[in-house]
Amino acid sequence: MSEKPARKRKPPTKKIPMPEQDPIARGKNFNEVALGYTEEQAIAEAQKCLQCRNPKCIGGCPVEVPIKDFIALLREGKIMDAAAKIKETNSLPAICGRVCPQETQCEAPCIYGIRNEPIAIGRLERFVADYAREHGEELPDIAPKNGRRVAIVGSGPAGLTCAGDLIKMGYDVTIFEAFHKPGGVLTYGIPEFRLPKSIVMAEVEYLQKMGVELKLNHVIGKIRTVPQLLEKDGYDAVFIGSGAGAPNFLKIKGMNLVTVFSANEFLSRVNLMKAYKFPEYDTPIRIGKRVAVIGGGNVAMDAARTSLRLGADEVTIVYRRTKNELPARAEEVHHAEEEGIRFNFLVNPTEILGDERGNVIGMQCIRMKLGEPDESGRRRPIPIPDSEFVLDVDTVIVAIGNSPNPIIPSTTPGLKVSRWGTIVIDEETGMTSIPGVFAGGDIVTGAATVISAMGAGKRAARGIHEYLNSK
Amino acid sequence: MYKIVRKKVLNPVVKLMEVSAPDIARVCKPGQFVIIRVNETGERFPLTIADFDREKGTVTIVFQEVGKSTKLLGTLNEGDYILDFVGPLGRPTHIEKYGTVCVIGGGCGTAIAYPVARAFKEAGNYLITINGARTMDLLIYRREMQEISDEFYETTDDGSCGVHGFVTTVLGDLIQQGRKIDLVFAVGPAIMMKFVAKTTEPTGIKTIVSLNSIMVDGTGMCGACRVTVGGQMKFACVDGPEFDGHQVDFNELLGRLNAYKEQEQLALELWEKEHGGSA
Repeated sequence: MSEKPARKRKPPTKKIPMPEQDPIARGKNFNEVALGYTEEQAIAEAQKCLQCRNPKCIGGCPVEVPIKDFIALLREGKIMDAAAKIKETNSLPAICGRVCPQETQCEAPCIYGIRNEPIAIGRLERFVADYAREHGEELPDIAPKNGRRVAIVGSGPAGLTCAGDLIKMGYDVTIFEAFHKPGGVLTYGIPEFRLPKSIVMAEVEYLQKMGVELKLNHVIGKIRTVPQLLEKDGYDAVFIGSGAGAPNFLKIKGMNLVTVFSANEFLSRVNLMKAYKFPEYDTPIRIGKRVAVIGGGNVAMDAARTSLRLGADEVTIVYRRTKNELPARAEEVHHAEEEGIRFNFLVNPTEILGDERGNVIGMQCIRMKLGEPDESGRRRPIPIPDSEFVLDVDTVIVAIGNSPNPIIPSTTPGLKVSRWGTIVIDEETGMTSIPGVFAGGDIVTGAATVISAMGAGKRAARGIHEYLNSK
Repeated sequence: MYKIVRKKVLNPVVKLMEVSAPDIARVCKPGQFVIIRVNETGERFPLTIADFDREKGTVTIVFQEVGKSTKLLGTLNEGDYILDFVGPLGRPTHIEKYGTVCVIGGGCGTAIAYPVARAFKEAGNYLITINGARTMDLLIYRREMQEISDEFYETTDDGSCGVHGFVTTVLGDLIQQGRKIDLVFAVGPAIMMKFVAKTTEPTGIKTIVSLNSIMVDGTGMCGACRVTVGGQMKFACVDGPEFDGHQVDFNELLGRLNAYKEQEQLALELWEKEHGGSA
């Protein structure tokens, strides 16, 4: 009896790597780090997709992109059709392809990924969206106007997604934005080197071409209120997507020193106001030689990497837990490490020290150890007695999270709000305690992700449609 | 885009502009402010609303040319447009009948003090106003203030007009004379407001100041404008801009106002070089 040779399994494949700027060179510029696939790379990656009969990937996508179908079109080289396919459910694919944590969403349940690295869905989405934008994509089919008007408060990812879905259903949609530029956190928060602002503007312009009206410099709650939008301005429904934009500070001494900044201020100056181009642009920014960034989320990574690009010599992330608990995306942590950002784990600031002119001259910290898991499931950091030390820094950026902006809740009588200041909604429809008023995104969940805000915008669009059709 | 419908030069460094902004004019109240961005490369900066006309749909701003952005704004003329004009922001002044109210305006701050003073007068208060500036040429709203006031004082640092000294010279005298004052409202340079608060503190006279901290967005999302009031961190743009003067940490405010001195100087020098210093 001759033995059959055991069938040799091919070694697991990896994603086709994304071309990137060199880490040393990119630490000195604000250009995008990840350069995107070429057409050949994208099609080669798409060829690996198994085209599952019951694709699991779609279930991992908060806005239900028809992943299997767009990849099938891409494999055939029908890139414009693939783009149109994505835009059936996702109005902002060039953004999602860049900033979504795909490793925990669409790519996590990918069957191909059981043995190999999963299909690079995010990179493919990005490629398709960029290609279509550069080649002049056509507008999608829009339902005939139904004569109903919806006001959207806030032009961040939740508001833009809600607007995109409603305009396709035939509604007249107006977005009210407090800033002079649309995009919310996409514009003021996420840096140019991760998400070029020209792409955000192009996605917004696409919505405008579909008929969405955009009113900038309109602070709802100040210039007019939500009840006025419904009762006086003739809107049939309102969607509140005003985000969690109020920065949290630590309750320690020295928080108001001159060279202590919230990450929101720091990033707004750089991203929205283009302070990195001062004095060509008028908004100034200050950066020292040694910068400490307090926090471990994506915002902390963005602030640290931005500090480096502004010319700081040494940038340290100060985080009270360990690397395993960092809330930031693994890819962002990796990029930060590559660029030379230092990490100081299990450390918590206790006081910021300043000179008589208010400048930071050091940060006193205490070392921590991890105790039992807390209600969030993460192990609770506990201070180690007598372990204080002073970190030699001259600039501190606070990136410990944001709270919901209170302007709208405080000016909308009858709006039910939680004790954290978030707006309470019906999970299914997105409707608040006021009939006709819907909400979604960070104003409901507290600070979360771009894609979860987009998912909320999408659900609310459906909720608004059902509400107005049952009236 | 927001059209400038009237421009008036109040003195060599202070200009008034009436800006078409009907949505803001419809709802704004004394004490609130707007954020302005002059052009695409411009910065956002706050200016308190000096007046408004609900029927004409205009908002009046008065500003002193102290740096690049205010000088740039000053070069615009009637018929020109301001790119961004956001408001009304902040809390309005709380107006009620206190009895005797003393309203103090320093320099360009007098333009902000004026509508507040008028509102206090209309609420039935006995109105004392003190209008101060470095020198006579820089005094503004002289006739307007006098017309609405029961008592009106002017001070100049160099004695070229009115009382020789500071606004606190007059305020101190009034207190010394045992005059009954129920509320002091002060708006002007931070250093002036600090000394007004110091003057009234021993007497316990309630003193409201309108703070002028550095702002970026003006809607509470960055904390650039944070101040310590009564030991608590407050954001001037949403919690203020008006606060109890006796509770404000003025030294901290003065330090934070100097944060960008070098860059401000550089921006101004480059701009003046480009414009030949003529503008």
